Amino acid sequence: MKLYQLTIHEARARLVAGEISAVELTEAVQARIMAVDNDVKAYLTLTLEEALAQARVADERRATGEDTPLLGIPLAIKDLLCTAGVPTTCGSRILENFSPPYDATVIARLKAAGAVLLGKTNMDEFAMGSSTENSAFFTTRNPWDLDRVPGGSSGGSAAAVAADECVGALGTDTGGSVRQPASLCGVVGLKPTYGRVSRYGLVAFASSLDQVGVLAKDVADAAILLQVIAGHDAHDSTSLDVPVPEYSAALSGDVQGVRVGVPREYFIEGMQPEVEAAVRAAVDRLADLGAQVMEVGLPHTEYAVPVYYLIAPAEASANLARYDGVRYALRVDDGGLGAMYKVTRGQGFGPEVKRRIMLGTYALSAGYYDAYYLKAQKVRTLVRADFDAAFEQVDVIVAPTCPTTAFRIGEKTDDPLQMYLSDVFTLSMNLAGICGLSLPCGFDTGNLPIGLQVMGPALGEQQVLRVAHAYEQATDWHTRRPPL
Amino acid sequence: MKLSQEQVQHIADLARLALSDEEKALYQEQLSAILEYFERLQELDTAAIPPTATVLPLRNVMRADEPRPPFSRDDILANAPAAEDGCFKVPAVL
Repeated sequence: MKLYQLTIHEARARLVAGEISAVELTEAVQARIMAVDNDVKAYLTLTLEEALAQARVADERRATGEDTPLLGIPLAIKDLLCTAGVPTTCGSRILENFSPPYDATVIARLKAAGAVLLGKTNMDEFAMGSSTENSAFFTTRNPWDLDRVPGGSSGGSAAAVAADECVGALGTDTGGSVRQPASLCGVVGLKPTYGRVSRYGLVAFASSLDQVGVLAKDVADAAILLQVIAGHDAHDSTSLDVPVPEYSAALSGDVQGVRVGVPREYFIEGMQPEVEAAVRAAVDRLADLGAQVMEVGLPHTEYAVPVYYLIAPAEASANLARYDGVRYALRVDDGGLGAMYKVTRGQGFGPEVKRRIMLGTYALSAGYYDAYYLKAQKVRTLVRADFDAAFEQVDVIVAPTCPTTAFRIGEKTDDPLQMYLSDVFTLSMNLAGICGLSLPCGFDTGNLPIGLQVMGPALGEQQVLRVAHAYEQATDWHTRRPPL
Repeated sequence: MKLSQEQVQHIADLARLALSDEEKALYQEQLSAILEYFERLQELDTAAIPPTATVLPLRNVMRADEPRPPFSRDDILANAPAAEDGCFKVPAVL
């Protein structure tokens, strides 16, 4: 077992026992990055010197008897989160030279917990995408097959965790952007309940859907990371002021009598047969472990794509209006104020971003608002109601995360609608604001990971972690590593 | 739902996006196909359904009207494309 292969809880045990130092651990992970990142291309910015300095401080703190939850643990951060003094590009040319003057709340919390920050990971531009192919800089590769996508938009973070280029990572999830890359890269990706984690310093895409999520090597690690970042923040008026439970206490391994719902609408024509088989086998495993499995209905699932792809672009069209060349980011001086706005934005934004801004602007415009945006908001109510009804009968819902395993780079880039349709299993969770995670449940004949999604009601992270952990510990998918 | 060239130009103007002719043609085609697919929402009777703007039970989250230390002017201007006399410098507005 190489040091860079350790999980957070394994590394913590060795750090606490004095068997390894934070500097040794950080150096090992950095050597791993040097060895594989030319192929994986997970990172946009590496902060190696700063990380080593943080590791030295962590060792000093530990020597005085301190033991904060992430003391000395090297993590990667999706480039959508503001890190003071460190470039934060959001995968976009428009922010290529932008360095925030402040840390996002989640970053401040990681630092207070003693984490070592290795760098910023690649992503689809402004979190718009499902493959990381929309990054303005380059595409990250799936560590399981370098000709395939890692998923998106948190593809860099997911690939970095899968390739052991960090011990854990932060991502963000607006329509599946933590869970889907976790599924394609064979790692754990958790999206908390909307409002559970502060969005202060998370560059806004769709304000009613965005949440910071965690990417980890196993469920126990996801619980540790969530514990550190969760909680009310006065800087974010959409953050919930409710206590944060002890998430690790949910990892009991006991699912006796837990009611597991399997939604019939999540097994569709056109999904990869091996994905269906692996997910159904996982459900059987949960039944073996004592869970009570039953079918549930989420009848409005088929409308999730149009609802999401009207609401999210509409919110994005408002949120991205700030990139106007005035106070920060790219400015293209093309003679006159109006030209400055249009040319800056026309040149600074990539095609998918422009497409979604256009879609959102249209959906909100006079004469079309009722038929598109308002209609989508009403159907969103129906999607939420589906989950409310289902969670009266079951404690968690288990389903595939993605209809297929990782697709080839370039395979879906010609048809944006095809790319949108591949998000069908993850979008509803964001629309309803509930929590859930993806964890590995098998591999296809191409040795590509398959993801199992475990969803819980709002603030139901504990039962999600309980079920996911029990399944994980009864299998060994999480111990597999890509052949890098 | 086929968008016309005029509609595409109008949306681009509203969104303050300068697009090439190729981009306008591409988006016209792609957005039309996407909106066509989205027509299926009209199948649902939502007359009696309230819209969801936020999933949270929170409304009007306030704080005490007490000043707090602001960011330093230098920090804020550090990313400015153009600055002068402690202000952001922009092309003439009027």
